[in-house]
Amino acid sequence: MTDINTLTVSRAARMLQGGECSSEELVSSLVRLIQERDGQIGAYLHLDEAGALEQARAIDRARAKGNVDPSNLLAGVPIAVKDILNVKGQPCTCASRILRGYVSPYDATDVARLRECGVVLLGRTNMDEFGMGSSTENSAFQVTHNPHSLDRVSGGSSGGSAAAVAADMAIAALGSDTGGSIRQPASFCGCVGMKPSYGRVSRFGLTAFASSLDQVGPITKNVEDAALLLEAISGRDEMDSTSLDLEPPCREGALRRDLKGIRLGLPKEYFVKGMNPEVEAAVKSAASLCSAAGAEIVEVSLPHTEYAIAAYYIIATAEASANLARFDGVRYGFRSDRAEDVLDMYENTRAEGFGPEVKRRIILGTYVLSSGYYEAYYLAAQKARTLIRSDFEKAFKECYALLAPVAPTAAYKIGEKCDDPLEMYLGDALTVPASLAGICGMSIPCGQTTDDLPIGLQILGPAFREENILRVGYAFEEVLERAGKSEGRGV
Amino acid sequence: MKYIASIGLEVHVQLKTDSKMFCSCRTSFGDKPNANICPVCLGYPGTMPTMNEKAICYTVMTGLMTGSSISNYSKFDRKSYFYPDMPKNYQISQYDMPLCVGGSVEIESDAGARSVALCRIHLEEDVAKNLHFANHSGVDFNRAGTPLMEVVTEPDMVSPDEALAFLLALKQILQYVGASDCNLEEGNLRCDVNCSVRPEGTETLGTKSEIKNLNTFKGVHDALAYEIVRQVEALQNGERIVQDTRRWDVDAGATFQMRSKEAAHDYRYFPEPDLMPVVLLQEQIDTWKKGLPELPGARRKRFVAQYGLPEYDARVLAGDREVADLFEQAASFNTDYKSVSNWIMTELLRHLSETGKTVASLPLTPKALADLVALVGGGKVTSTSAKEILGELMAHGGDPATIMQARGLVQVNDSDELSMFVNEAVADNPKSVEDYRKGKKAAIQFLVGQVMKQSRGKANPQIVAQLVRERIDAH
Amino acid sequence: MMDVAGEKNIDVAYVAHLARLRLSEEETAVFQKQLEGIVGYVNKVREIDTTGVEPTAHGRSVQNVFREDMAREGLTTEEVLRNAPAQRDGLFVVPKIVE
Repeated sequence: MTDINTLTVSRAARMLQGGECSSEELVSSLVRLIQERDGQIGAYLHLDEAGALEQARAIDRARAKGNVDPSNLLAGVPIAVKDILNVKGQPCTCASRILRGYVSPYDATDVARLRECGVVLLGRTNMDEFGMGSSTENSAFQVTHNPHSLDRVSGGSSGGSAAAVAADMAIAALGSDTGGSIRQPASFCGCVGMKPSYGRVSRFGLTAFASSLDQVGPITKNVEDAALLLEAISGRDEMDSTSLDLEPPCREGALRRDLKGIRLGLPKEYFVKGMNPEVEAAVKSAASLCSAAGAEIVEVSLPHTEYAIAAYYIIATAEASANLARFDGVRYGFRSDRAEDVLDMYENTRAEGFGPEVKRRIILGTYVLSSGYYEAYYLAAQKARTLIRSDFEKAFKECYALLAPVAPTAAYKIGEKCDDPLEMYLGDALTVPASLAGICGMSIPCGQTTDDLPIGLQILGPAFREENILRVGYAFEEVLERAGKSEGRGV
Repeated sequence: MKYIASIGLEVHVQLKTDSKMFCSCRTSFGDKPNANICPVCLGYPGTMPTMNEKAICYTVMTGLMTGSSISNYSKFDRKSYFYPDMPKNYQISQYDMPLCVGGSVEIESDAGARSVALCRIHLEEDVAKNLHFANHSGVDFNRAGTPLMEVVTEPDMVSPDEALAFLLALKQILQYVGASDCNLEEGNLRCDVNCSVRPEGTETLGTKSEIKNLNTFKGVHDALAYEIVRQVEALQNGERIVQDTRRWDVDAGATFQMRSKEAAHDYRYFPEPDLMPVVLLQEQIDTWKKGLPELPGARRKRFVAQYGLPEYDARVLAGDREVADLFEQAASFNTDYKSVSNWIMTELLRHLSETGKTVASLPLTPKALADLVALVGGGKVTSTSAKEILGELMAHGGDPATIMQARGLVQVNDSDELSMFVNEAVADNPKSVEDYRKGKKAAIQFLVGQVMKQSRGKANPQIVAQLVRERIDAH
Repeated sequence: MMDVAGEKNIDVAYVAHLARLRLSEEETAVFQKQLEGIVGYVNKVREIDTTGVEPTAHGRSVQNVFREDMAREGLTTEEVLRNAPAQRDGLFVVPKIVE
């Protein structure tokens, strides 16, 4: 029998439907592996073994009675959830001390939608505190190691979700992406990670980092699984005024293994100086493979890319400074023992509860909004955002999708970039433009470095055209597999 | 030197919606602490606001009543400051693009009628309630998130009386729109006032001080009266006025400087990213406009023209939307408009002010009122009996004719029946009879009154008077 | 370049107070240096000519997303007080507020 930990969602669905394994066996097998391996990796903050087994048994019973719709491929499939999404009755720490003791009284809409499909919620994954970081080193509790090389980072901020999927400790996972937090860890860990267009997926229940940028999305082992999960969680939610009433992307339409006649753009600004040559080579070779499969490859220009990091760090930190003001020790979570008066309570609770990166961003965000600076920073950044978005709109008039690297390097060593926050921020240069523009993007494995570290290919599509990037990704998976076979090595 | 005061008001109005501004919690008053709350109004991680359409509608309706221009594009912003009554430590408010801009409110005070210019009307969420104990404070979040409409005037009033007149006029408008119960005990209306004084003949406004959180109209009046004197005295003593925030101490009858909430008032406003803008098309505004009630002033004029009421009656009736509605509905059943008006203005309004009830809470129907007035006019019942019937109608409702029959209040017009009472009255009061004969015509009223008393108010007073005269003249 | 906010002008202590973060002297010094660097970098957005460019608030903006005014049950008092760091008699307890 196949090692059931390694199953994809769609294969697990077939096995569950065919009675080859039960959801309970699947959960038990994953729990065993997590107990064995996660001590070294540190992907999970909270494993809900009892709850997961209970949900699995309930689905198994329902299936035995014929109460599971065969078109529902997610029923009984165990999935990990980033610890930034609220799950009723569970802690939601956002990898921060400040949420110590908090137990959520409600389900995030995306979690509720997965529950309705009968998904088994396996546990909560590690992350950079409140999503602030690109390496999952900023967790208050533990560092998540890269399963491909334990002395390297898993990427971030959804590093726990990506590492869990990469290490076969979850069939799939949910992450959240504000400036690359799904795509970059997926790239570092060799998974597929998708950031949907802004408004495609509800944010209700997603602890806000930057409200105008945050989106929830899947981290999976292949593109088909990403499409399955996206379909389950997308759609208008009356609790989220920014979610849009759109048909979910058409899975059948998207999952065609065909690139013929499609024009794909390579944005020249994404091949920056200082980029790791292996990464650049892998992405260019991915473009060549697409070309060989019938796609037309053109160079495009996104001239305002160079302003993206600046605009992003202004907008994201400004919004975060307000979003994180609610963590004050009054209604839930941690309160400092040094709370003689109200000001003490606030200042000490927040000083003791937040980690350094969160404090740094709160201070930056507070500064750019403080009296006299709004127009110079926040408003200017929003205007830069308009220019960045229109760059993409122009490019998508010509191109079906864009191909680019996800990050300038593969996974780096733990501790390597901790000293210089600005250097860390600059690493997000290739993922934040799509976030600012609100378009959809996906990271998909496209090769390895000589150290056998995964390299991701970023596929960007127009807003609300997730089927474009799913189609390109789905076709590319096969193209790459065929190329790998002819070269005599698996991918 | 004489000084002129400039007074501006910021009136916070709790809107009469069923649910809160940004979540579906109830807005009821007086429940147990922390009973009407949810993850959204408690600022839980991951929660987001959703806009209550009714609150937007009420604000725009109020703006239409005050002749404000309704913004085609408006948005919400976050106003950041830390305070335990703030669940998110930012308040969702409107900064630079409020729903309504400009406008004015007509006021009347002893100084005459004039209009007070409005700066803006915007919408925000109310905060929670802090309760203070010996060694700690407690927070009740029931109120947090109640829709709060803020009406901001220009510094356009010159006296506490004008400020009071403005509040009364605004209250009238709000009740007309149905936007608020304007119940002061429940904190539906709360005012911040700002006030400055300047020497007569100068143009530039003086340095203002702000008095926060006044929740009675009397408080507004008294605090302003105190503050004007304080500032004038300070200036006369050669002191400088410092811009500050003060609170009114009712017991001390004085204002005191407050410890500032946020030293620099650096609120870090930015557009609320969790909400989409409100874009009101003319079409939508026009629809709301059609549903807009007539303004009290216009209605007053119409009452004079259409029903021939005296100016005084028209003013009293039109002053309260429910009373005016009752009058018009009753007038559709009975064309003796002045009599309908009289009954409302005397008996009904007295009943309301004695009991503190509202017209809406009475079981009395307009038709019953009109019928009662017709019974009096048709000589079926005396005024005295009609008052008793009205009392019953206001207490339990019903049909006036039925009550009249059941209680035996039908007016006695039969001369034979009345003669008995008349004979008795004349026999028992020789002094009055003597006075009348000596030409003191008023003495007859006393005798009629005696008959009315004996008949328990049912006798027709005109017939009685006639009979008394005949009886005395006959002897 | 405009000279509104020279990056040397950042008053970290003031900003930290606005954000209600108590910083040690060492932290203030470290943040001061780091923020000068970061703000120096993000000043880039002010180099762009944005004449006639409208700001973008969201990836995609729609309008008039309203909710019908209908009350629904929320959480029970017991449920929410379970999360409270301090509570008494149905209230969230905080240190005495001095106004």
